[in-house]
Amino acid sequence: MKTSKTEHARVEAADPATSPGTKRGIRVAVQGISKSYEGRAVLKSVDLRIEAGEFVAVIGRSGCGKSTLLRLIAQLEPSSSGAIVFGDGKRAPATRIMFQDSRLLPWRRVVDNIALGLTSAAGKAAKALESVGLKERAHEWPAVLSGGQRQRVALARALVHEPELLLLDEPLGALDALTRIEMQQLIENLWQQRGFTALLVTHDVQEAIALADRVVLIEDGKIAVDERIELPRPRARGNPLFAQLEERLLARLLKHPASLPDGPLGDLSLLRTVGQVAWAI
Amino acid sequence: MNAVSGAVLTEAKATASDVAAPAWHTALWPKAAQWAAPVGLLLIWQLAAQTGWLSSRILPEPWAVLKATWSLAISGELWEHVTVSLWRATGSFILGGGLGLLLGLLTGTFKTAETLLDTSLQMLRNIPALAMIPLVILWFGIEETAKLFLVSIGVFFPVYLNTFHGIRSVDRGLIEMAKSYGLSGWPLYRDVILPGALPSILVGVRFSLGLVWVLLIVAETISAQSGIGYMTMNAREFLQTDVVLVGILLYAVLGKLADVASRALEKYWLRWHPGYR
Repeated sequence: MKTSKTEHARVEAADPATSPGTKRGIRVAVQGISKSYEGRAVLKSVDLRIEAGEFVAVIGRSGCGKSTLLRLIAQLEPSSSGAIVFGDGKRAPATRIMFQDSRLLPWRRVVDNIALGLTSAAGKAAKALESVGLKERAHEWPAVLSGGQRQRVALARALVHEPELLLLDEPLGALDALTRIEMQQLIENLWQQRGFTALLVTHDVQEAIALADRVVLIEDGKIAVDERIELPRPRARGNPLFAQLEERLLARLLKHPASLPDGPLGDLSLLRTVGQVAWAI
Repeated sequence: MNAVSGAVLTEAKATASDVAAPAWHTALWPKAAQWAAPVGLLLIWQLAAQTGWLSSRILPEPWAVLKATWSLAISGELWEHVTVSLWRATGSFILGGGLGLLLGLLTGTFKTAETLLDTSLQMLRNIPALAMIPLVILWFGIEETAKLFLVSIGVFFPVYLNTFHGIRSVDRGLIEMAKSYGLSGWPLYRDVILPGALPSILVGVRFSLGLVWVLLIVAETISAQSGIGYMTMNAREFLQTDVVLVGILLYAVLGKLADVASRALEKYWLRWHPGYR
């Protein structure tokens, strides 16, 4: 990756291992990244720096490229141009993703889902499950859990790996309002305890303001607004400053016309095929 | 006065038993109703045969069928034929189904294998297995190999197609998730792709198990020295309609048993699936 010497020096200084203030987060530097699908530019030379342990929320209308940005940072897809540097840029980051659909393996019991990809699972999975308040559901199938419970399990599964970077791809989009507020508090608490770097993609402005240190608004594949939220935590939604901020960001979002729908894969949840059909016989 | 109160008492008793009656009535009625039609049909059939309306050359009376089953059972002939047929069925199911599973996994997993094999297999699939009989007899004669081959071919395709389809339709989101959680190679295959394809594979297995018996009947009636099909054909030569019926019923029972077995497999392997609980 192309990073200048001064770049290296600055990144080194903020490294979580060397600076005592931060716990486990990793710094992410998105440098002039672009992505196009079949000639259609989704992201146009985006620059974004996320400090170690920072909570950044990305908002925007559907199709603006916010999910694509997350997928690029997650290294699920290669970028068309530009680079993403993690920490000192010398090693792959410990990244975990939480998806909108929980993506639990339906054939594994809850606790085994959390242990997915762990080398020594003993006790860790159960502990992670306890931290999201679902200890007693450990041996159930994911199919019997509610949407909110599934997302809790997905969160536990992501956190059991003690990631330096947690990517949240509209994880609460499908939940009801009450469950969503509960989950927001849970995510905030766990983030404060563990100090990982968090990137939340959401279409819910209120959620972004409630959780993030910084709210980034993407429009037409470019960063249009990068706003630091100075409100004290935990943030009360009744706070007039909160409401003002929300109104301003919403107004900005609404001013801009909606763009085309998301990426070439479309909605991944539509590809789910648990209900199999015998065909061609 | 006394007489009146006595009458009232008996009336009260009567209503009490009236109330008690529906309890067993409601519990037994659906079960009884389920069997009413087949039992009634059997009775009519028996009566028709006994009174001579129905010639025993067309359809023997149920009682005769029972007697034939019994005499075949105690002579040991029945078990001999059933064992031979069962062996043929299992052998060709394992051979054809196993090969179907293996090739399905191969073409489902590797794009190269698909381009190399799938078109040819799709072409072969459209040939009815029974159309191969003349060729099969030329190739393998009329020995066991011929029957095994014929049934295996028929069983191969349902398993192959459903395995291929199952592998291809595993939720891409789950695979992406597993990869981002550090799974790859065999662990990814074992923990995500195979279990994801299993519901579809089992549909293929169940379909094949039904097909085994259909094909076996034909294979055993062409040229055989033993087996249920042979027993039936042999009985036809001697106009033993009761034995013919025993053979037909045996196929029905064995087919049902195969279905029960595959259902049990589904129930165990897919116990995570809300649709199979």
